Order: sequence, then C-alpha cells, then structure tokens
Amino acid sequence: MFKHFIGLQWKSFFRSASFKTEIWFKILMALGALYFTLVFLSMGVGAFYIIEKTGLGDPLRVVNRFMIYYLAFDLVFRYMLQKMPVTNIKPMLYLPIKKSQVVNFSLGKTVISFFNVAHAFFFIPFSVVLLIEGYPPLQVIGWHLGMMALFYCNNFINIMVNNKDSVFYVFAALFILAGASQYYAWFDITQYTYPIFDYLYDLPWTAIVPWVLAVALYFSAFAYFKKHMFLDGGLAQKQTEARTENLDWLNRFGNLGTFLKNDIKLIKRNKRSRTAVIMGFFFIFYGLLFFTSAIEVYDNAYWKIFAGIFVTGGFLFSFGQYVPSWDSSYYPLMMSQNIKYREYLTSKWYLVIIATIISTILASFYAYFGWEAYAAVLVGAIYNVGINSYLVLWGGAYVKTPIELTSNKKAFGDKQAFNAKTLLLTLPKILLPIVIYAIGQIFIGPVAGYIFVAAFGLLGFVFKERVFKMIENIYKKEKYKTLLAYKQK
Amino acid sequence: MITAHTLSKKYGEQTVLNIDHLEIPKGQSFGLVGNNGAGKTTLFSLLLDLIQPTSGHIINNGVQVDESEAWKPFTSAFIDESFLIGYLTPEEYFYFIGELRGRNKADVDALLEGYNDFFHGEILGQKKYLRDLSKGNQKKVGIVASFIGNPEVVILDEPFANLDPTTQIRLKGIIKDLAAKEDVTVLVSSHDLIHVTEVCERIVVLNKGEIVKDIHTSTETLKELEAFFAG
Repeated sequence: MFKHFIGLQWKSFFRSASFKTEIWFKILMALGALYFTLVFLSMGVGAFYIIEKTGLGDPLRVVNRFMIYYLAFDLVFRYMLQKMPVTNIKPMLYLPIKKSQVVNFSLGKTVISFFNVAHAFFFIPFSVVLLIEGYPPLQVIGWHLGMMALFYCNNFINIMVNNKDSVFYVFAALFILAGASQYYAWFDITQYTYPIFDYLYDLPWTAIVPWVLAVALYFSAFAYFKKHMFLDGGLAQKQTEARTENLDWLNRFGNLGTFLKNDIKLIKRNKRSRTAVIMGFFFIFYGLLFFTSAIEVYDNAYWKIFAGIFVTGGFLFSFGQYVPSWDSSYYPLMMSQNIKYREYLTSKWYLVIIATIISTILASFYAYFGWEAYAAVLVGAIYNVGINSYLVLWGGAYVKTPIELTSNKKAFGDKQAFNAKTLLLTLPKILLPIVIYAIGQIFIGPVAGYIFVAAFGLLGFVFKERVFKMIENIYKKEKYKTLLAYKQK
Repeated sequence: MITAHTLSKKYGEQTVLNIDHLEIPKGQSFGLVGNNGAGKTTLFSLLLDLIQPTSGHIINNGVQVDESEAWKPFTSAFIDESFLIGYLTPEEYFYFIGELRGRNKADVDALLEGYNDFFHGEILGQKKYLRDLSKGNQKKVGIVASFIGNPEVVILDEPFANLDPTTQIRLKGIIKDLAAKEDVTVLVSSHDLIHVTEVCERIVVLNKGEIVKDIHTSTETLKELEAFFAG
C-alpha cells in the first residue's frame, strides 16, 4: 500500500506544472540550493568558533541557553509556513484504503519535510565540530539525538494546532514578550530552560525523554487527524462570512472607479494579494540597511538610489509585477466583457501610483538620516511613478503565471515569473536610475545626480499616452497566449 | 447577426473545428449539440475572441470579432466558472457587470427582481462569496449576469448541466422568454436533447468539428437527434 502512496507522491512531484521549466532555470535553482547548503554548513561549522571567540563561555552551553528561542521560533515559522498536506487525501477517502494508513502516510511525509531536514544542516556540523574539539562522544550523541526529537515534537505539535489562530497568537505574543523582557533584563526565561537542554548533554540517557514525547505526540496527532478526517471537519475549507461593500465614493472616477473598487476588494479578500501588500509594506524598512550605515559596503550614494527605488516601490514590485495574473481566474470574463484594455491598465496603473505615494509618505522618517537619504527616497518615488510603473505593466504582459488567490503558494517568487523578457526589464527598473545618478554625480555633483533621476521620472510622465498605447498593443498581442496559460492551472 | 466564414481551428495536426459557412440570423434561438470534443466550446470561444481561428473569421453584427472589440457592448456570455469573480458576493458581481454595461444599481436590482424564483432564495443576501457557493448556484449567478444590460447576443455553454430539475425547468422558461424577443439572438449548447429541442428554433449538430446536421426544430426533431446519437 505504501508503495502506491510513494508512487503517487513521486508522480505529483515530477509532473507538477512548475517543475516543467526551462533547463537553464533548473541549473540556476540547483546552484542556488547549493549556495544555501554551503552557507548553512559553514554556519554550523563556524558557529562553534564564533561563539567561542565572543567569550560568552562554552559554546555548547551558550547554544543550550538560547535553544528555547530557537525552538519557539521554529514553531512560529512552522505554523506560518508548514501546512498539513491534506489536499492529496480527498481522493483517497472513499477508496478501499484504511484511514489509518492514509493518516500514517501523511504524518510520515511531514517527518522528512524541509522544516525538519533544514535543522540538520546546522546540528550535524555543529555536533561534528564538538566531537573534533574533544567533547565526549556519548554525551554529544545523546544531546544531538535529544535535539532531533525536540524538532519532531514541534513538527507534531504544529499539526495539531494548525489553523488555531487564537492559540498561535497567544504563543507568539508570549514568545515576543519573553524576548523583550530578556533584552531589557526584567526576566530571563533562559535561566529556567537551559538546564533542560544541559541534561541532554550531561546525562545522555535523558535523550530518551524527548523521544518518548515525540512518539506520544505522533500518536496524539494521529488520533486527532483521524478523528477530523471528514470533508466537513479537518479537510473543510475555511469560509469567511462575506460582507457586501459599496465603496461608492470611487464612483466619481467613472469606469476607472469600477475597476478600482474591484481591485480593492481583490486585495482585501484574498490571502495571496494581502501577502503582496504586506511584503510591499516591509520594503519600506529595507532602506534601513542602506541609510543607517549599518553595512559598510552599502554606504555609498549608488546604493542609496537603489534603496530609494525599493523603499517606495515595494507595492509596485510585489503587486505590480503580476498585474494581469491577479485576474487570472476570471480572465476570460474580463476579455469578453465590455472592457477596454486601456481602462483596465489605467486602473492598475493608478493603484500602483497611489500605493507608491502612500509608501513615500510613510517613508518620510528617512529624513531623520539626513537630506541625502530623504532625497534618494523622493527621487526613487518619482522614478517609480514615472518609469517603473510602466515597466511593471509592460513586464506583466509576459508573466503568464496564473495566481491562486486563496493560497500563498509561490508567494515568495515563482519560477515561471522569471523569463528572459522579465529579467531584461528588471535592468531599467533598478540599474538605469543608478546609472543616471552616476552620470550626474560624476560630471557635476550629487545634487545633479538626484535631479537627473527625478527629471527622467518626470519625462516618463509626459509620455504617458504614448507609452500606454504601446503597452496596450503588447497586451492585445499576448492576449490569446495569456488566456491559454491561465487555463492551465 | 452572426456569420462564420471558412472558420477552422487546428491544434497541431488535429482539426477541432472546421465550418465552411454558418449564418445565424438576428433573433434566432440557436442550439448546438454534439458529443464531447465535437467543438462546441471551441466555437463559442472563437465567437468571444478567447482563442484565435486558424483560418477564416466570425462576424458579429458587422464586427469582425478578432479585429475589433466593438462586439463586446452587445454580446454577453456564460461559459464556465472562469466568468465569475470568486472573491465577490453575488450582489457585488451583478453590480460590477452592470457598471461595465452602463446599468446602475437600481437597474440591476429591477432585473434581479425578476429572477427571484430562479434564485430560490439561495443567491442574494447569503453573506457568501461566489467561490463558496455550490456549483449549481454559481451557475445561476453566471447565467443571470449574462442577461444584464439588454445584450443582443447571449451565449450560454451547457446552461442546464449541474442544475437541479426545478431550476432546469425554470431556466427553460427564461431562455424561451429571451428567445421570444425579436432582437435577442440566443446561442445555447447542451447535451440534453429534450431541453435543447424545447428552447431552440434551430439546432446544429457538430461532430468532430464539422456541421453534420442543421435542423429547423419541429416535432420530429427529437427523434431525429436521438437516432443520430444512438449511432
């Protein structure tokens, strides 16, 4: 029976639409994976010596001390990202397969998931270094195995609390509170927790305890899951109560208002688009890396222009670059309704512009870091409005990835969104303003650099009609290909 | 009203539609039947310019659909759930379509009033988004939305499928009323021979992309169709 399950799993992985990408992208992805593996490995190896150098004491004891945060963070991380693989279960329910087998397989699958394996990249090299440094092998192995069990405990706890938001928020709040009170030295939670982890090392046989706990949690997760394995129970989709909204104040924009109303509802009511907005919001703080002189490499004017583009253009990049795809699930409707491409594109353009202006206002606090920082933000905003807003719409015509609005799948980048054309369009979005600035700065001075970039943005504004005409034609040309691509979910 | 000239659609070597000439006069209620893969949805998609013909073209009220968008104001359709916006409530969806077709809320409300029976109290005021409605109820929304704004051409792909018997009977009445109007051309495809012979004045049978029968509906039509499909 398990042979069947594994066969299905294998096929679902290798036959998934996203797997069929171009070969060069696969190579790129493999290189990326290799890079991160190396980074984690070197962190695991280096952690010991780095901690030793800081003089906090025995590195193992230091790790044990902060382990409670590591575990808590792991749990929060899992809660947000690791989902129980329920979608594949539905077709199995009425087949002659015992429920317990289905549950066992689903739970078993989580054991080898990325969320568990990832920790090995730190713990295995760390333990190896401990052995090399002459720590007693039996004790190190006991500690290592105990830690592994604790991550599996987290794994099964997460399955049981999945979708219980109230529990999650209380836990996350406690976690943040503990961190804050430690920082301000009110209350040190680690004083009470580090002995637990130390025991695993000092008395290696105690590693059995977390394993017993993990097994117990496995069985309770098993019982919980089996009990809820009904279409109207654990497998049901959550439904939210709908409210009809008028947003009549947008009527004054005529046809444009109709689309804007729809876009606002789109953003508010779908998980995927909300994530894009939140990501856009966080981009505002991305500039702190550049303007606070925290990182030496970034401490020059070119990087500041780069930061200015990103600070004000978060929404533009996170939402704008997928523009027609947001409407992918009902694109045939849009294409056969009484809609002019021009109006459709203009409404999206306004949305991006409004968001850029709001981001710029929110980013006013950069004035605190001096006039140059603030100028970079303002200039970045003008460039975003004048040039990048067109470029994302243009690039959107080539992005033919349907978006599943209700799930966060692929929210953090999608292979198909990277094709040669969109990559090429990234250059003028980010590099061109830096080049323009450099020309002004080198030949005249920094102020001229800023003025040049802003002037370029304003120039784009002047040519709006012409540019829109061009983008409209591209969308028309790509229409059939786009419709076809959106059909293949 | 609608004319297709040497229309064909090929995917690679496979011809999925090949119509030399088809003319649908204004005000006709036109039924399209055929087995799976006969080309019904392909024809409707070509009519709505959702796919490009391999050869030939369609003219809708003097507008060549793959050249100009001027057919959109007087044409409406419901093909499948990709014509619904999942995150809107039914009301919002109707108003959205209404605004696109130059109808205000009062107009739309007045129109919806006439479909209270058809909705059976399961559509309006349910505090549900379209994505959370059942398949049948989604279909009701899509069909009624295609009536907003007095379109001259209404295209419905398999409107009877997935509906309960009561709703099917009501829908037949609605389509008949619509077809009775002089200026409305209704195009309906269906696998249900009884329904389609009841509501359409003319029935065209597609088989493997070709028109094999073009019948003016009479009392004999149902028998003729059944004989054809029985093979």
